[in-house]
Order: sequence, then structure tokens, then C-alpha cells
Amino acid sequence: MYKYFLRYIISVLFLLGLSVQANADFKVGFVYVGPTGDHGWTYQHDEGRKAVEAAGIKTTYVESVPEGADAERVIRQLAQSGHDLIFTTSFGYMDPTNKVAKDFPNVKFEHATGYKREHSNVSTYSARFYEGRTLLGHMAGKMTKTNVIGYIASFPIPEVIRGINAMTLAAQKVNPDIKTKIVWVFTWYDPGKESEAAQALIDQGADIIMQHTDSTAPVQVAEKAGVWSFGQASDMQRFAPKSILTSIIDDWAPYYVERSIAARDGTWKQQDTWHGLKEGMVAMAPYNSAMGSDLVKEVEQLQKDLASGKTHSFTGPIYDQKGNILVAEGSVADDGMLAGMNVYVKGVEGDIPQ
Amino acid sequence: MIKIEKRNDVSPSIYFLTPILAIFLTLFGGGIIFYVLGFNPIIALKFFFITPISDLYGFSELLVKATPLCLIAIGLSFCFKSNNWNIGAEGQLIFGGIVGGGVALLFYGHDGFYVLPIIILSGAIGGMIFAMIPAVLKTYFNTNEILVSLMLVYVAKLLLDYLVVGPWSNPEGFNFPETRQFSESARMPILFDGLRIHAGIFITLMTVFLSWLILYKTYLGFQIKVSGLSLKTAKYAGYKGETMIIIVFMISGACAGLAGVGEITGPIGQLHRNISPDYGFTAIIVAFLGRLNPVGIIFASLIVALTYLGAETAQIFLQVPKYTGQVFQGMILFFLLGSDYLLFFKIKFLGLKKNEL
Repeated sequence: MYKYFLRYIISVLFLLGLSVQANADFKVGFVYVGPTGDHGWTYQHDEGRKAVEAAGIKTTYVESVPEGADAERVIRQLAQSGHDLIFTTSFGYMDPTNKVAKDFPNVKFEHATGYKREHSNVSTYSARFYEGRTLLGHMAGKMTKTNVIGYIASFPIPEVIRGINAMTLAAQKVNPDIKTKIVWVFTWYDPGKESEAAQALIDQGADIIMQHTDSTAPVQVAEKAGVWSFGQASDMQRFAPKSILTSIIDDWAPYYVERSIAARDGTWKQQDTWHGLKEGMVAMAPYNSAMGSDLVKEVEQLQKDLASGKTHSFTGPIYDQKGNILVAEGSVADDGMLAGMNVYVKGVEGDIPQ
Repeated sequence: MIKIEKRNDVSPSIYFLTPILAIFLTLFGGGIIFYVLGFNPIIALKFFFITPISDLYGFSELLVKATPLCLIAIGLSFCFKSNNWNIGAEGQLIFGGIVGGGVALLFYGHDGFYVLPIIILSGAIGGMIFAMIPAVLKTYFNTNEILVSLMLVYVAKLLLDYLVVGPWSNPEGFNFPETRQFSESARMPILFDGLRIHAGIFITLMTVFLSWLILYKTYLGFQIKVSGLSLKTAKYAGYKGETMIIIVFMISGACAGLAGVGEITGPIGQLHRNISPDYGFTAIIVAFLGRLNPVGIIFASLIVALTYLGAETAQIFLQVPKYTGQVFQGMILFFLLGSDYLLFFKIKFLGLKKNEL
């Protein structure tokens, strides 16, 4: 009996030893809010993680971590188990990330889409998705017959409102008669709600459907109804091959690889990153040839101009819904204004939910 | 021919041993699943059930996670024991959180020892009121409490969504769907520096003791148990069934409300849309695993909490899919119900008789 017990103890110690030894390598951890198979937000972050792995750096991820009390524990566990750099990829992880960062000064933290950097080992990063929205607006303005653009929006936060405004401004430029109709679904991922919203917008006369939510449901509804649509976060073309004109792709891979290598080599520094088409953090899926080669050429040119800085998504004059001037003629909106945007531009229907 | 017969004599010791058997069967079944997934079952189970609680922090996190589960399950045991099927503890938790959180926001910037007790009390009352809806509808309008309590979960969720997006959202929070962080006076005191374990655990332990007292030492507890065993007997004995239904729902709702307020004033510190990862539903498993017994529920809540932590560590160390945690919870319930069935019924294999054909 005693012998077996001893053997058991030894084997347990051996296993514990294994787990301790594995901590010696440089490791990068990822915390995801959804499942890696959502074909949207989390899927793209996981593609970025795979790129880090391909660059020869060990990675770990934890998926479907609720934004409540559990997030802090998961982040802390990653820090405790020898991860040197941790990406927390949802807004709701902002406070837990900063809290854990305080206790692990030697571990680097990168929080996506947040604005709090309370400790020197916390960076934040996000993408200028609105540049992609400008391209979508251009295409929508040209392609619509009913002049009604349907927009499925998640939460009335600046990022989403910025996208609505950028799209509307670009569409107005090529088609002054367009109107943007919005349905707020108050979720990032709910195929049921999203498809209901898409149907409601189509019933109200929208012949273009775009979404700031992550499931593939809206493009599938659009495909069935025979209207145009745009994919979100990843290339959703295969879910609606006829309907999708293009998708805005979040390409986190270059950033994740760059930051991981920097952290490994000791050159990592705190920063607030806001990259767009220029750096490739926002990319466009192949354009649907159904919109005609002329329009494709136009959009490709616009994409180049946005990337080079020749064109800006928010160039004055820009008016709000009541006709007050927001950005004067000849100037462009600065990043501070973009970051806190909380009014609709002229041409958007309805009020922002408060 | 297979014949199923009810067993007349079920030994009480076996009745309390079957949950443990169910856990072992789950471990065994889990080992097989890990093996099929291509992991060494022993190592995987070690990361699942031992690593998460191998240090002080891990153990404290287990208690943080088990606290709301235990609290809700204790409340549910009153309902379930008396044959009232309250499935909506999640809604009562959220509504308790809403009321408690509202009071916390009302006291924003106030200091004083009285703030936290008022918040906790209002959370319990909130949950209690919300649980009374299905109870009153059942007693006076004969509605089905399963359906009503379940549907009210979505009412509570939508109400919380509305509040954190609109009227209660943080004025400095860029419209993000969350309230302000509560003031320090509205937060549960932390018991140890650096750990998240908070004073809510005392509330839970007190509730466990009180419920044991009520269930086993009072006339009300006796009434609850009798009506659970046989409603007709209870009526014959002259117990007021209606009052009792409302009382058990009130107790259950208050417990869920306390759990909600414990979460928002404890580890979360504000109201947002995800204050509970379905604690109210998981607590149903906990209640049954603990045999609706206060002490049993304590152990059951620890075990179920461990499946959450285990799923996280197993994914961190082995990249086992995180959903195995839910598979484990499902397996525990499955094996428990399965062994219960065999406990209360016996299956007889009879040869085919000619006259039956």
C-alpha cells in the first residue's frame, strides 16, 4: 500500500515538474470573447494568433471568456502560467486587464479597442474600420436603386457611430439622395436577432444591407432576398456568394507578429495603436465583379487614396442631423473628435439611443 | 420483455453516495473523452481538477465562483423540495443585481458603513419581489411556474440591457454599455490582500446555516418537506399550500438576489450586460447534485465551480476546447439522474412468455 502511495506521489511531483519546466519559453496568450469558429471578430483574432505561431512563437488561447467576473481570473492565470505577452481582445476586458497588469509588471498586456492604459505595461490597439466603411459607402451609393441603405448596428459607442457616419458621408458624395436606416440590435453576436434586423430593413425598402455585428446571418438573409450586402470582420463571401460586394477584414496578424517579436526581443514599449488601410490592419476582401469593372476601379483608387492619406473619411464640410457644422470646409476631423464621436451626420435617420 | 419496477426500500446512505458515484463516473467518462480527443487522460484530468486549486489563489477563486452557485442552489432547494419548479433563478439574480446596483448608483460618492448593507438588502428584496411574480400567478391564477419563471429571465435580461445602455450608463464611458464603477463604500470588503474572495462568502455560509435551521428544525420546513412528498397529505393535514408556495419562492428569490448583488458589489464592481455567466441555471445542477441538502449543496457548488476553473486551465495548458467544462457539467447531471433512476427502480429481464406474443 505504502509503496503504491509513494509511487503516486512521485508521479504527481513529476507531472508538476513538467508543467513548471514548460514555463521557461517565451509565450503569448490570447483571451477571446467568442468561440474561435464565429467567422467574425474572434475568428480573425485567432488567425492573427496562428500567424504568431507560424513566426515560431508559442501561443495559448482561451475562448468564450465572459466579460464579467471570469475575465480577470483567466487573464491572471495566463500571466501566472508564464505568458510574457497577453492580448485581451474585447472591450469588456479593459478593467480586468489593467488590474492584472498592476500585479505583473514583467508581463506585457495589449488590450483591443479600449482607452485605459493605467500601467506602463499596458498598450491599447484598435483599427480604423471607418476607412473600410468609406469604401462601402461609395459602393452602396452607386449600387442602390431604392436609395435606402440598411445598417445593422450593435451598440451606440463611438466606433459604431463613426462607421455609420463614414459610410453615409461617402455614399452621399456619389448619391446625394441616399438615406441610412439603422436597427440597433444591442449585441455583437446573435444570428437570430441579426437576421430579423436584416429582414426588417429589407422590408423597409433597403436594397443594401451592412452590419456592425459579427455573425454571417445578415449576409445570408440578403442573399435570399436578392439584395446587396457587405461582410464584416472576415471574408464572408462563401456565405453569400452573389450578394456580397466585399467584406471589411480585420487583419490583426502583422500587428500581433510585430508586437510578439518586440516583446520577445525586449523592444516592446507602451503605445496606443490605431492602424488602418495604410498599415493593413483594415483590409478589403476581393471586390464582387457584379458591380462592374468601372466601379471596381473607382473603389480601388479610393482605397489607395485613403491608404496614402490623400483622401480622409471625414473631410469637411460635415453637418450633423440638425444642420450644424461639425467639420469646416477644407479641414478633416482629428483623432480626438473621431474617438469620441457621438452624433449622427446629416442623412442618417433616427436618433442615437441614449 | 423488460419490466421496470419501483423499489420499495432505498437505503439513505446509498441515496447520498450516488452523487459521489456520479462524479467518479464523470471522471471516468471525461478521461475517455480526453483520450478520444488525443490527450493523455491522466494529465488532462490533473489539469482539469487539480491544477486550478493547487495554490492559494486558485483555491480562493474556487470559493469566489462557488459562492453565488451555493447561494442560489440553497434557495432553489426550498422550491424543489416542495415541488415548486423555479427555473428562473437567473432572472431573480439579475433583477436583484439591478435593484442593488441602482441603489449603489444612488449612493455614488457616499461614504458610510450603512451603504453596503442597504445595497445588499435591496438586492435581496429585488430578487424576492421578482420571484413572487411566478408564485402569485401560480397560486391565484394556476399558471405554470416553470414557464413564467423562465420567461421572466429574459424580461430581467432585457431590462438590464436597457438600463446599462440608456439611463444608467456611465456618463464618462463613451456610451459603452456599462454603469460607473461603484464607490468603495458600496463594494464587498476583500478578505485577503491580492485575492478576490470577499465578505459575500459569510452571507452564503449564514444562509446555509439558516436554511438548515428552517428546513430541519422548524414547522415550516416540515410543511415544505411534506408537501414535496405528497401534496394530498399536506392538504389533508391542513397546511396552507398557497402561502407556502409564495414563501418558498420568496426565499429562493432572495437568495438569487443576494447572489446577484454579491457579484456586482464583489468581483465586478459595476453593472453591465454580463453580470452572470448563467449562474442561475447552473445552480439547478448544483441543487440536485447536493441532494437539496444544505451541506450537500456546499460540496456540489465547489465541484461545479471547479469544472469552470478546470475548463480554463485545461485550455491554457493543453488547449483542450473550453466547452469540455460544460460537457463535464452535463455528464455529472446525466450520471446522477441515471443512477437515481436505477436507485428508485429496478429493471427485470423476463423471458418471453408465449401468451404475451
